Amino acid sequence: MFATAKEIVISARSLTKKYKDFVAVDGIDFEVRRGEAFGLLGPNGAGKSTTMKMIASVSQRTSGDLSILGKEPNTQGPEIRAHLGVVPQKDLLDRELKVWENLFTYGRYFGLSRKFLKDKVEELLEFAQLTEKRMSKADDLSGGMQRRLAIARGLVNEPEILMLDEPTTGLDPQARHILWDRLFRLKEQGVTLVITTHYMDEAEQLCDRLIVMDKGKIMAEGSPAELIKKYSSKEVLELRFGTDKNEAAAEQLKDLAERIEVLPDRILLYTQKGEDLLTQIVDAGLNPITSLVRRSSLEDVFLRLTGRSLVE
Amino acid sequence: MTDLKFSPGKAVDPQRAIRWGAFRVAEYRIRVLSKWLWSVVAFGLGNPILFLLSVGLGVGALVDANSGGQGLGGVSYLQFVAPALLASAAIQGVMDEVTFPTMDGFVWDKVFFAIGATSISPRQIADGVMLVALLRGLATTLMYLAILLLFGAIPLSSFAPLLLTSMLAGWGWAAIMMAITARLKEDDGFFAIISRFVIAPMFLFSGTFYPLEQMPIYLQPIGWVSPLWHATELGRTLSYGAAMELGMLLLHLGYLALLGLVGMSLTYPKFRERLNS
Repeated sequence: MFATAKEIVISARSLTKKYKDFVAVDGIDFEVRRGEAFGLLGPNGAGKSTTMKMIASVSQRTSGDLSILGKEPNTQGPEIRAHLGVVPQKDLLDRELKVWENLFTYGRYFGLSRKFLKDKVEELLEFAQLTEKRMSKADDLSGGMQRRLAIARGLVNEPEILMLDEPTTGLDPQARHILWDRLFRLKEQGVTLVITTHYMDEAEQLCDRLIVMDKGKIMAEGSPAELIKKYSSKEVLELRFGTDKNEAAAEQLKDLAERIEVLPDRILLYTQKGEDLLTQIVDAGLNPITSLVRRSSLEDVFLRLTGRSLVE
Repeated sequence: MTDLKFSPGKAVDPQRAIRWGAFRVAEYRIRVLSKWLWSVVAFGLGNPILFLLSVGLGVGALVDANSGGQGLGGVSYLQFVAPALLASAAIQGVMDEVTFPTMDGFVWDKVFFAIGATSISPRQIADGVMLVALLRGLATTLMYLAILLLFGAIPLSSFAPLLLTSMLAGWGWAAIMMAITARLKEDDGFFAIISRFVIAPMFLFSGTFYPLEQMPIYLQPIGWVSPLWHATELGRTLSYGAAMELGMLLLHLGYLALLGLVGMSLTYPKFRERLNS
């Protein structure tokens, strides 16, 4: 089969997962094409991780159809998993083993030869900037290094699809940017990425296309730019009047903007021109303590779709 | 910085990966175990030496002098206790290698979940762990046997039968312990309880140091359920011909095999459930 840009590598139809009475994933449909970076976005408990487990072929669906690399995960789990790379939310490294041993043993699980792995491990250490730490115990690495090791481990079998469950949660900004750079390089080399995140900037940076999930359902689907265009305005004006004064101020502001969201600590005004709106508000005699004009983001899309913010 | 050489989906041969899965897990377990090799060897050799010096030279000399070799099946006291000591060593050896890795795999580091994301199946993980536990049991038993032979405590003809009975006891015990450990959600000092309230009484009440029939009848059931007693009885018959009816011989063999089979058949579905829910 030729690896064309259009080939579908993951296809889900009415995909459902129930745990007893709880519906974790509620009949969702989506497709992922080869070479895409596909995001699952949503708050904790939205059903992202459950969806990831079903794609990773370690959790059987309750109903619906799911096809991964043209195979049926219920019966061909091991064949599918042979071509997946998985970076779990908690790294699940072997803390007793050295850095290089974590990569080596993982490669052996895929039946890779020692000869192949000898070079592969070095290559991955370099990719993850861990060459100098090769003899350290995994336990002794910093959080960012452990994350990079987990990503390197997920690549040892040269997977067709790399799955990352909240790849940068708990990392400092610098470590996040290093990771984003690494993931971008992988995408350039034709690896399909499936990423869950509840960070908007991460989704905007990494994902070609994403689904926004809430309570097991898909709320919206599209590229970050499409979603912002469809569900938000061009700009957002953020105003703070003080915790107990926001509600009262909102009452006076509500007719000035296309849409208004009152959060506990601030008011968001959706508009095409933020600066103009701010001038208008100040001229009207309202004096916010702080103001900020910014571009609309996926955070705003999520707020619009669910009425809640993503990171609570 | 160099880029990865990468041809997605080409490196792995799934059939090959799937076929040898259990051995890959075993290979990993050996790598971990090798970091503790000194303690495996120290315990493997230390235990029999201490026993020979204390029980063998002390208690043994006393028993042999008082019975004239007649009271315990016409063999030396060391020959009499050897099957029990060996089976007990095998049980101790396998115990550490099923309980701790399984606990680590599901609860502490959760490494089984990382392995389960590869082409390896839950059953292969269980098999791989068991394989290395049996290897550890084998190594412990062989070291014990070597010491016993070296000190002339047992004749060479006892080697094969005692290796068999010990390993059978080890397997039965390992399988049951694995089935239990696979069901633990957290470590509540369970292993300390097992070693104090199960292993220690089992060692003392399984006809280890004297025939079980010497016990009051209400204590004998501890021996009947213990794999150690069955292995010891078998070992005594097979190594120096202690009298036993064929029915009993089959019962002992059957009981140990049953423990192993029941243990494994309770282990596999639990591994599957925990890894693929």
